[in-house]
Amino acid sequence: MDAQVTPAPEVTAPVYVYELPVRLWHWITALAITILAVTGFLIGNPAWPLITGEPYNHYIMGDIRFIHFTAGYVLAIGMLVRIYWAFAGNTYAREIFMPHVWKREWRSSFLRTIRWYLLIEPETAKEVGHNPLAQVAMFTMFLLGVLFQIVTGFALYGEGTGPGSWANIVFSSWVIPAFGSSQDVHTWHHLGMWYLVIFVMIHVYMAIREDIMSRQTIISTMVNGWRFFKDNRP
Amino acid sequence: MTLNTQTFYELMRAQGTSRRSFLKFCSLTAAALGLEPAYANSIAYAMETKPRLPVLWMHGLECTCCSESFIRSGNPLSSDVILKMISLDYDDTLMAAAGEQADAILNEIPAKYPGEYILAVEGNPPLNEDGMYCIVGGQPFVEKLKAVAANAKAVIAWGACASWGCVQAARPNPTNAVPIDKVITDKPIIKVPGCPPIAEVMTGVISYILTFNKLPELDSRGRPVMFYGQRIHDKCYRRPHFDAGEFVQSWDDEGARAGYCLYKMGCKGPTTYNACSTIRWNGGVSFPIQAGHGCIGCSEDNFWDNGPFYKRLSYVGAGLGVEATADEIGLIGAAAAGAGVAVHAGLSAVKQYNRKKPEPPVAPKGDQS
Repeated sequence: MDAQVTPAPEVTAPVYVYELPVRLWHWITALAITILAVTGFLIGNPAWPLITGEPYNHYIMGDIRFIHFTAGYVLAIGMLVRIYWAFAGNTYAREIFMPHVWKREWRSSFLRTIRWYLLIEPETAKEVGHNPLAQVAMFTMFLLGVLFQIVTGFALYGEGTGPGSWANIVFSSWVIPAFGSSQDVHTWHHLGMWYLVIFVMIHVYMAIREDIMSRQTIISTMVNGWRFFKDNRP
Repeated sequence: MTLNTQTFYELMRAQGTSRRSFLKFCSLTAAALGLEPAYANSIAYAMETKPRLPVLWMHGLECTCCSESFIRSGNPLSSDVILKMISLDYDDTLMAAAGEQADAILNEIPAKYPGEYILAVEGNPPLNEDGMYCIVGGQPFVEKLKAVAANAKAVIAWGACASWGCVQAARPNPTNAVPIDKVITDKPIIKVPGCPPIAEVMTGVISYILTFNKLPELDSRGRPVMFYGQRIHDKCYRRPHFDAGEFVQSWDDEGARAGYCLYKMGCKGPTTYNACSTIRWNGGVSFPIQAGHGCIGCSEDNFWDNGPFYKRLSYVGAGLGVEATADEIGLIGAAAAGAGVAVHAGLSAVKQYNRKKPEPPVAPKGDQS
C-alpha cells in the first residue's frame, strides 16, 4: 500500500529502509524487553504481600519465571534471526551492528549530530538510516546490552535446568566462573536490565523528538518501512 | 611417626572391627557417594588390598572450622575410622608430634612417596610482604605450601578459604590472601568449598579418591559434581513455597512460623552450590534453612562481599564507598536519564517553537539556539 504513495515532485523521494523482518523483529523485541523487565524485576523483588495456604494452590513465582524464560527465548531467537538478517537484508539492516567509525565523513556527520542534539546545529542532515550517533547508541546500549542480558540470562537459566542441559553447557559453565559466583551474575543481570531501561527511555524520546524535529519520518518508518522526507533540499 | 603400609582392612581388623561391620561400612560409603550397590564390592576390594593413602594436612590462614567439621563426620564414616583409613601423617592441629619432629614429616613424606600422597590444605596463603602474614614453623606458609605441593599426587582445597579466599580475601584483603590454585598451578586441585564444608562431603571425597584411585568428576570450577552439581535451592524442601510465591516477609510473621520460602529474607540458596539441602548437617539432623534462617552462601566465591545476608539483592559499589543494590543504582540512573530527557525535551520544544515562527525569506542560520 505504501508503494503507491507518489511523493510530491518538490520532495525527495522516499526510501524503503526497514524491511518486514526488521520491523517485525523490532516490535517483537520491544514487547519481549518490556515483559522481561517487568517479570525480571518481580523475580528479584517479589513485591506482593504474604500469601498463605498449601503451596499447591498457587504458582505465582513459577508463572512469572515461566513468562520471563519464554520472553527470554523470544528475545534470543529474535536476535539470532536479526543477526542473520544483517547479512541477508539491505544495507540499513547492518547499521546497528557496525557503525562506520573508520570513515572520515561518518565521523564529521557524527559530530554534526552531536551539535544537533546540543541544540547548536539549526537542522539535521538528511538521514536515510540511523544517524551516526543513533548507530553508536544502538550498538553500545541496545546491541551490547541485549547480548549481555542474553548471555547472563541463559547462564542463570542453565543453573535451574542443571548440569547437562544445553544452557548450562553453553553458558553457565563459563559465565558463572567468569563473574565469580552465581550471585555476581544475578547482580550484573539486574544492572543490565537498568541499562536497557535507560536505553528504552532515551530511544523512545529520541524517536518522538526526531519524528517532529528532523527532516524525515521516524516512527512511521518502523511501521511501514518507508523513510519520507519533509523537504526537497539536499 | 612412621609410615604405615597396612591396608585399611588389616588396620580395621587389628582394631577389632568385624568383617560384617567392615562390609556394612563399604555399602554405606557406596550409598553416600551416590554409587550403585555393586560398587560396595569395589570399595571393599580397595580397602582390603590398597595401602593407606598418605595425607599431609596443612593449615594456612583459616579458623579450623573445616577440621572441626571433618572430625564430626557421622555417617557413614565415623571420624575414628576415617582418621585411620587415611594415613594422616601430618596435621599440625591434630597430630601428637610437635615442633621439629612434626616439621620433619613435611620433608620426609614427599621424599619417600613422591607423587603418591595427597596434600589437603585448609586455609590459604597471604602473598603481601612476601607471605609474612602467615608464618608456620618460622617459614612463610606460601613457601611451605609450594614445597609440599611439588610432589603431591593431588591437592584437596578444604573449605572456602583454600577454594576461594573466604573472609581474609574479602574486600579490601589487606594481606592479599589468595586461594591455593593461585600458587599451586601444576597439580590437580579438588575444591571442597563451604565454611565449613559438610563433614560427610569431606570424608566422601577422600573415600572416593582412595577407592577408585582417581579424582571424582569435577565441574568447571573444580568442585566434585556429586556434591556441588546443584544449588541448595534445587533440592530445598521449601522450594514449593518459592514456586507458589509464598515468601516470609518478616522474621516473626505467619509465613516464618509456617516454614515458607526465605527468598525475600535474603536466602542465598538460589545462588549457592552445595549439598546442604540433601545431606544436611550433623548426621542429617538439620541445615540452616530447616532451622528457619536463610542460606548465607558460604560455599560460594566472594560470598562475604555479596552481602548483606538479609537482602535478596547484593550491594554493589562497595569499592567506591557506596552501599546500594542493583535496583537502587538502576533507579537513580533511570531517574537521571528521565530528568535529562525532560530537560532536553523542554529545550527542544523551545527551539522548535522559535524555528517555526518567523519563516523569513532568508533564514538567519546558526544563532537561534
